[in-house]
Amino acid sequence: MQLRTILAATLAVAFSTTAYAQEFNDPAEFKKQRELLSTKAEGPEGKPWEQHLGGGMVDTAKFKKDGPHTICFSNAGVFNPWRVVGLNNMKGEAELQKARIKELIVLDGEGKDDKQISDIQSLLDGGKCDVLIVSPTTTAALTPAVEAACEKLPVIVFDRGVNTKCPVTYIHPVGGYGFGITSAEFIASKLPKGSNVLALRIVPGVDVLETRYSAAKSIFDEAGINVIGSEFTGSDRAKTKSVVEDYINRGEKIDAVWMDAGDTATAALEAFEDAGLPYPVISGEDQQDFLRKWQKDNLVAIAPSYPTYQWRTPIIAALDILDGKQVPGPEWNLPQPAITQETLASYIDERMPPLHYSLCGCQDLPGYPEQWGGK
Amino acid sequence: MTVLLNAVRPTRRRTAWLSVNLALVIFVVLYGVIAILQPNYLDAALFMNFLRRAAPLIILACGQLFVILSGGFDLSMGAVVTLVVLAASMLIGGDPDMTWTVIAILYAMGLAVGLANGLIVSFLKVPSIIATLGTMLLVNGLALAWSGGAPRGDLPDNFRNLGRLVLKDVPLVGSLPIAVVILVVVTLLAWWGLHATAYGKRLLAVGDNPRAAELAGVPVKPTRISAFVVSALSAVTAGILIGGFSGVSVNAGRGLELQAIAACVIGGAQLLGGRGTIVGALFGALSLFALFTLLNLLGLPQALRDSLQGLILIAAVGVTVLRYRRST
Repeated sequence: MQLRTILAATLAVAFSTTAYAQEFNDPAEFKKQRELLSTKAEGPEGKPWEQHLGGGMVDTAKFKKDGPHTICFSNAGVFNPWRVVGLNNMKGEAELQKARIKELIVLDGEGKDDKQISDIQSLLDGGKCDVLIVSPTTTAALTPAVEAACEKLPVIVFDRGVNTKCPVTYIHPVGGYGFGITSAEFIASKLPKGSNVLALRIVPGVDVLETRYSAAKSIFDEAGINVIGSEFTGSDRAKTKSVVEDYINRGEKIDAVWMDAGDTATAALEAFEDAGLPYPVISGEDQQDFLRKWQKDNLVAIAPSYPTYQWRTPIIAALDILDGKQVPGPEWNLPQPAITQETLASYIDERMPPLHYSLCGCQDLPGYPEQWGGK
Repeated sequence: MTVLLNAVRPTRRRTAWLSVNLALVIFVVLYGVIAILQPNYLDAALFMNFLRRAAPLIILACGQLFVILSGGFDLSMGAVVTLVVLAASMLIGGDPDMTWTVIAILYAMGLAVGLANGLIVSFLKVPSIIATLGTMLLVNGLALAWSGGAPRGDLPDNFRNLGRLVLKDVPLVGSLPIAVVILVVVTLLAWWGLHATAYGKRLLAVGDNPRAAELAGVPVKPTRISAFVVSALSAVTAGILIGGFSGVSVNAGRGLELQAIAACVIGGAQLLGGRGTIVGALFGALSLFALFTLLNLLGLPQALRDSLQGLILIAAVGVTVLRYRRST
């Protein structure tokens, strides 16, 4: 009886993972993002945070207001290096525009839905905000709070979306599928059919990461490349290196390593070094440590990005909206470039810390590089 | 009275052997399964590599054992590991000349955390599980605040080598990782401290029955405090090895304190004190690490792997505890 219960429970767990994996494999969205990747960006040259890929413009004349303005921002949290760099970008942009901004009020949701919902409520109750920027912790949970805010003032959402059309605009780069497509297509182009790729992922069940893997998996399947394993590393370098060592010890040849996020890419490469093997083809991300290693060891590599410069855009959008200028919307698709061999050198900055995201678009902001931890 | 003593003594001795044997048996079985799946794990080089990766956990388990024997828990170990890795990278900043100075500073930090834990438990009478939970949060918070959530700086090669370098062409063993040398030294030191000195006996007495130990003239408070210091210093050592093995990471020490406690229990240590051996902790940690490696090699889906790991852990601890009960 007990054995049966255990069996049933294990099966349930096993099946539930396949069931929720399907949610992140949406062929229509995959196709849309694939097209966006090759769409030509409109907007000022060299400033991708002000550009947009296709889509319409929304009229904001009704929000026109005299400045200087108070901009309020409800942040999901600063629980990883990506968000640390992002928040610095946003503060940098506000500093740049300080003549037009009275105050930037930031509340930290600490990664909790309920905290962020009450943050938004208290920002509304405070009555100081002219415009509200929201970077939601999770999509569904934050929707009612954002809807309530839309009734009182213009709202801008970025990074993750919400299930309502009420915000003036929703700013985001191409997305997770795009990330997976760029990286997997590069690996597939460098390897013959029948090659082996090891997929390293951070954690299961996070929408922005699952879509990256599902897109990469479809590309690999299409190209006839075997995914010999898909492992979760929890962003832990020691675990990443151990997992890769175990795969190397299995004796199976690893031709490429695909990663859904690059913070442990150099640890994965060290496993090959310690085993005395040549480096695999690898897709990482735009962190400095990976880019430096790529240049130093002449890797065959690509660094797709989920660019942190998207944190500059909401401030620009907020000021435009309060000026009554048209902004791209209701969806503002930002370009999502990848760093390639050709552009590698221009993104390396020895002054910056190892986990600095190079596509921050922050080089021209006041306080660079010290504010971002550089020397 | 004499009759009673004679009756008790042989059982006690038998128990100690039984518990050690069991962790050893679990390890041999798990490693045997690994070797069946991957025969190359029987190579000396791969076994050495296995030991290199298991070294931090074994060292943590040895340190944790001191606290467990004294009747407490040390939940702050993982946080100390994270602090050590982040502090090392920021203080050294890639300058190889700084390495040894910074290592001394790291041990000083460990000493401070251990003393704080010990003093809070001994003098404020806060249960150690709460006290060290507090220091865990405090140290984690400090490490995060100091690094701003994104580590700065770099670890130079002479620091990394402590956890990474493998000496080749060594007589007898073939290849010898530096981490394994450190592991052997630390384990021998811990064994000596616990099983060959009067201090070790006092520690056991404190964990078994603090009141009786106090009446027998054991300095209970200093003994307790020293256990937390040993634990924190072992966490610093493990942190140096982990940082060396894989480099700077904000998640370096997450969950390690629980793994160390689990290793001790698998190795036959009794929670809340009074019984346990270094050899047991050593094989407990090796068993646990063999289990992680085995599950990696099997290539099962993550969800299944986590549940399986939980089941095996409960089974291993359950069997150890049952066996002890039956034999007394």
